[in-house]
Amino acid sequence: MPFSLNEFKKLRLDLMAKAKEPLSHPRVIVGMGTCGIAAGAQEIYAALSDEMSREGLRVQMKRVGCIGMCEKEVLVDVELPGTPRYTYGHMSPDRVPKIVEEHIKGGKPVDEWVVGVITDPENPYADLPFYAKQRRIVLSRCGFIDPESIDDYIAMGGYGALVSVLSTRNPEAVIEEIKKSGLRGRGGAGFPTGLKWEATRKAGGDKKYVVCNGDEGDPGAFMDRSVLEGDPHSVLEGMAIAAYAIGADEGYLYVRAEYPLAIKRLRLALKEAEDYGLLGDDVLGTGFNIHLKIKEGAGAFVCGEETALLASIEGERGMPRPRPPFPAQKGLWGCPTNINNVETYANVAAIIERGSDWFAGMGTEKSKGSKVFALAGKIANTGLAEVPMGITMREIIFDIGGGIKDNKKFKAVQIGGPSGGCLPEALLDTPIDYDSLTASGAIMGSGGLVVLDEKNCMVDIAKFFLKFTRSESCGKCTPCREGTMRMLEMLERISEGKGTLEDLEELERLARIVKDASLCGLGQTAPNPVLTTIRYFRDEYEAHIKEKRCPAGVCSALIAFYVNPEACKGCLLCQKACPTGAISGQRKEPHVIDRSKCIKCGACEEACPFDAIVRGKEGVA
Amino acid sequence: MTDGEERDGGKERVGGGPRGFEVNLDKVREILKAHKGERGGLIGILQETQAAYGYLPRAALMEISKTLKVPMSKIYGVVTFYAQFHLKPRGRHVIRVCLGTACHVRGGEKILEKVGEVLGIQPGDTTGDLEFTLERVACLGACGLSPAMMIDDRTYGRLTTKKVEKILKEYSKEAQGA
Repeated sequence: MPFSLNEFKKLRLDLMAKAKEPLSHPRVIVGMGTCGIAAGAQEIYAALSDEMSREGLRVQMKRVGCIGMCEKEVLVDVELPGTPRYTYGHMSPDRVPKIVEEHIKGGKPVDEWVVGVITDPENPYADLPFYAKQRRIVLSRCGFIDPESIDDYIAMGGYGALVSVLSTRNPEAVIEEIKKSGLRGRGGAGFPTGLKWEATRKAGGDKKYVVCNGDEGDPGAFMDRSVLEGDPHSVLEGMAIAAYAIGADEGYLYVRAEYPLAIKRLRLALKEAEDYGLLGDDVLGTGFNIHLKIKEGAGAFVCGEETALLASIEGERGMPRPRPPFPAQKGLWGCPTNINNVETYANVAAIIERGSDWFAGMGTEKSKGSKVFALAGKIANTGLAEVPMGITMREIIFDIGGGIKDNKKFKAVQIGGPSGGCLPEALLDTPIDYDSLTASGAIMGSGGLVVLDEKNCMVDIAKFFLKFTRSESCGKCTPCREGTMRMLEMLERISEGKGTLEDLEELERLARIVKDASLCGLGQTAPNPVLTTIRYFRDEYEAHIKEKRCPAGVCSALIAFYVNPEACKGCLLCQKACPTGAISGQRKEPHVIDRSKCIKCGACEEACPFDAIVRGKEGVA
Repeated sequence: MTDGEERDGGKERVGGGPRGFEVNLDKVREILKAHKGERGGLIGILQETQAAYGYLPRAALMEISKTLKVPMSKIYGVVTFYAQFHLKPRGRHVIRVCLGTACHVRGGEKILEKVGEVLGIQPGDTTGDLEFTLERVACLGACGLSPAMMIDDRTYGRLTTKKVEKILKEYSKEAQGA
């Protein structure tokens, strides 16, 4: 039943009006993104459904994507007719009966488990610090709509931008609007989106492509996954608008295979949109054609680089190609191709609907709008936060993120994944935008923020990322292939206490060469974690080199485990946990670790309930 | 997204040795038919073939090469480039332990060690009964619930070594019941 433009406009208004009607029955909403499901949302959903049918209650059950509070998953919301939406966090099946009895049947929320209340969906959880400073554009519908229902998306205004573009604007006007908004690519480098579109439109040739980069490979980033899982149509709508603007009739969504749920929901969304006539031939009877297909990534980080991604869509080894020519001139199968990432496309419809002035009113001079950051690591509130550009890192980590987990001390924040860097406390008050981050030695990247505390070793972190880039280097160009390998060897020497100050100098020098001489973004940015950790945490490197000491107690060659006899209660738990039988001692007597048998696995430390296992320097009793 | 050494599949790693039966080519032929005439379809075909056979048998690759008129050397090049493809049989369940940044700083290595210890295999290996394959993965995107792992398509988060034991026990029980 493909709709005509007018039919669809009417359907849209009907759905939007219906969504505004007051509830007739209680509504129960379960967060079913990957995070929610991993925390057990399916079991909770089943338990709730069972309980409702047992009690014979008429309740509307709804599945939604991630609302961003990963720390508090599983999240279940209860909304009764005429009341706000109450959110329960850390839900477990045994909490279900009480919530059904007291809240759904009795009308009284179970206050002790409520983690937030939504009175205004435009401004959710306004009184929670996690949300107060957020500005949600890309995530505005995540957690509110059923991602498997196109009607839900339309009811919240979805596909209005596409309708407006198709009925009232020519492609040039669309490009102008995007250019004026100041939107820059959200995938990493921050190239102005409008300029990219313009270049692709102006490139010669009849056949053009739009491509969505959903190969979110940066460890620590999961915003694209959440958007694809929670609001897939927003990406499809953005791509359709881009295709119209540049004159493309075909496109691909390249999504990594590690995101099966995102792929499943995207497939469903594609089918629904085609059924409604919003994608495919003769969209809404306007004569515009756009065919979108999904390509599953096959597990290669380098495919996040645009030219490598195109090679992968073509069925080749995903190896980057020199630029120029840029994909806008010569992309997929030699045709002009516009590539943007998931979050970039997800901004497009909002800009068209609310205008470039509105969008450009947010952010800093050169970085407009909002950015979604994924908060992870040693931060109290892990999750997704969408904030206006120009906010400081301190606000994100301490106001929104709630500071450091377990009251430890902040050491650094890693931003931008393997292409980014580690920033120290002193830089926390810099307003975040593309340019300030680049100046600091990191990059915006996709927006993964991994917070590190005093227990993390910066040499170890640099080594971690270099191991990653070394193994993901495609091997095409020498600086990246050999350079990352040699850099890793130097880092390994340092972390084993065998490094010299010359190694450190040599490491910095090589890092600069790899940065300058590599073919693609992978190699050009691979040294960033090393360079920033040396720049801001040189003392830690020097401790490893001069004193053969790992200040954070991480690098296993430089540490040893000891029992603090005063704290040890002689409970035998560490003895049971030790895989090599290195711990001896009678019950109720302080235990002793036999250093010749100890493999430094840390199992005893984890098992000890009294914090009696301490990490000290290797070679000192 | 595994380490280079595991990716190239150069070492004999399957505990029980390859299964001794002829590869039935009907499935790959059907897949090839469905993709007939598709441009750039090689990776998709390989993905579907692997889903059908559990790995990429040599005979199936030969069939793909013949039908698409793509040299075997090129197919081998693509297969060994991507971490997802496997030239050796794999376990019925694939366990992927996340070692992304967030999981790394919250103890992902300990989870990997625990899974390896329980199953008695190293990352990259498959158990002798072809029940489990253990792999490391660079990031599952479940950073909010780190440390995390994935068994087949299901993600498990906020793991502790105790929780890992419990989860694996469930799977082993299911295997014995089956």
